[in-house]
Amino acid sequence: MSIVLGVMEEGLIYAIMALGVYITYKILDFPDLSVDGTFPLGAAVTVMLILKGVNPFLTLFLAFLTGAFAGCITGIIHVKFKVRDLLSGIIVMTALYSLNLRIAGKANVPIFSQETIFENAWLESMVSEALEPYLVALILLVIVVVCKILLDLYLNTRSGFLLRAAGDNDVLVTSLAKDKGMVKILGLAIANGFASLAGCVYCQQKGFFEISTGTGTMVIGLASVIIGMKLLKRFNSVKATTAVITGSVVYKACVSIAIAMGMAASDLKLITAVLFLVILVVSNRTEGKVKIAGKKGK
Amino acid sequence: MLELSHIHKYYNAGTVNEMCLFQDFSLTIQDGEFVSVVGSNGSGKTSMLNLICGSIPLDSGSIRIGGKDITNMPEFKRQRKIGRVYQNPAMGTCPSMTILENMSLADNKGKPFDLRPGTNRQRVDFYREQLKSLGLGLEDKMDVKVGVLSGGQRQAMALLMSTMTPIEFLILDEHTAALDPKTAEIIMQLTGKIVEEKHLTTIMVTHNLRYAVEYGNRLLMMHQGHAVMDRAGAEKTNTQIDEILEKFNEISIECGN
Repeated sequence: MSIVLGVMEEGLIYAIMALGVYITYKILDFPDLSVDGTFPLGAAVTVMLILKGVNPFLTLFLAFLTGAFAGCITGIIHVKFKVRDLLSGIIVMTALYSLNLRIAGKANVPIFSQETIFENAWLESMVSEALEPYLVALILLVIVVVCKILLDLYLNTRSGFLLRAAGDNDVLVTSLAKDKGMVKILGLAIANGFASLAGCVYCQQKGFFEISTGTGTMVIGLASVIIGMKLLKRFNSVKATTAVITGSVVYKACVSIAIAMGMAASDLKLITAVLFLVILVVSNRTEGKVKIAGKKGK
Repeated sequence: MLELSHIHKYYNAGTVNEMCLFQDFSLTIQDGEFVSVVGSNGSGKTSMLNLICGSIPLDSGSIRIGGKDITNMPEFKRQRKIGRVYQNPAMGTCPSMTILENMSLADNKGKPFDLRPGTNRQRVDFYREQLKSLGLGLEDKMDVKVGVLSGGQRQAMALLMSTMTPIEFLILDEHTAALDPKTAEIIMQLTGKIVEEKHLTTIMVTHNLRYAVEYGNRLLMMHQGHAVMDRAGAEKTNTQIDEILEKFNEISIECGN
């Protein structure tokens, strides 16, 4: 039971980030590596704020904003300075490594004794003992569902329509007398806001900030998006955002099965990479032809 | 009124592959004119459209719309007053969005893309009516993704979408070239109808000499960056296909084709 809970918790945390990767990868068709930097950025900002005594719930919004700001930088580097998409992300990711260290103060910062969104006086007074083991998962579920609903709502606004158009056919965005560059920057901001929010939640759940947590974030996000879309493709009524969240939980389940089968915890990134490769190969096998036809249409 | 004056445009300037496309090219298009542009490949037809729309920069010269200089205006800002339909039917629509969503996008051109609902429910009937006028049965497929439509259906939608909001210029870039003859015919009739109804100033590049003769009130033949034939009004009305074909052969032979 505790393993299932653990998978749920991890899966839900990374699902927030995966929602962001869904925006960049699926909607904008932009391979955004800056999430590897904005995920720990959210964590760094959060520990810094919590240690300063800021309300942990407030850190959720502040982390989102900080991540969104970093996403803007990636977008500006790409759009205004015409640097290739992958390189723009790498530049921001690399710069953030040092910035995160500066913000957090050092490579490992514990916040065990501090109040977090999972452990605070208000929650303790509210929640009965029987519910306690499920508390973290429940809180995470609420956060993820709120994020999902907000994103779904956004994607159905006029601004959201334009974002979807920008990834689909950016010529049309220009035809609509809109600057496609600005739309891309906006999309990157939202995506990295989500990644940073995930980092914020992650460090509060784990009780510490760790500089290396960001490595491989994008791979996890991509894997979640691809698995989710693949698994739930035949169900037309399932929204893409729901699929992404499911994908994230399934992915984390796969990883913990691998560990349960005898892999060491230190092999985690290796498992991450190999699993991602397997997913890519499998999805290429089944989708290769369709994808080429789709690309031609562009 | 659209004025291109003293346009110079080189490709690959400063390299061994330098190619002069326009040298002191000037053209004035009056309001309400429907200009058909013909010419061989590489004669500068599409480049002219790209210069007008701002898709490519020019080396010198100026472009004015209604007396206002737009030479340095970015492409997306010019599009406020311009509707453009491309040769590739996929360029005018979003394949992963539904017909309704595409119509809503087009309808919002010139207005802010903010956090209001993407589709204005009160406009749905209007969209349906517009689609119905195409006669392709699209009005019953409002929730179908545009990606599954045929090239002709997409091009009809692209035409509708680019002329839905008030624009001053309609730019048609070989917009029937990728379609089968029957569909091309339908799209051309539709084009003629829309241009007439909305009194749009139109520039249409085409390889189909018959369309060039049948449609429009001015005919332009481009060759090596110059207009070698420019007929308007009665002179255009009396122009026959044979005459254009003859002129076309003349310039082609010059090139050794």
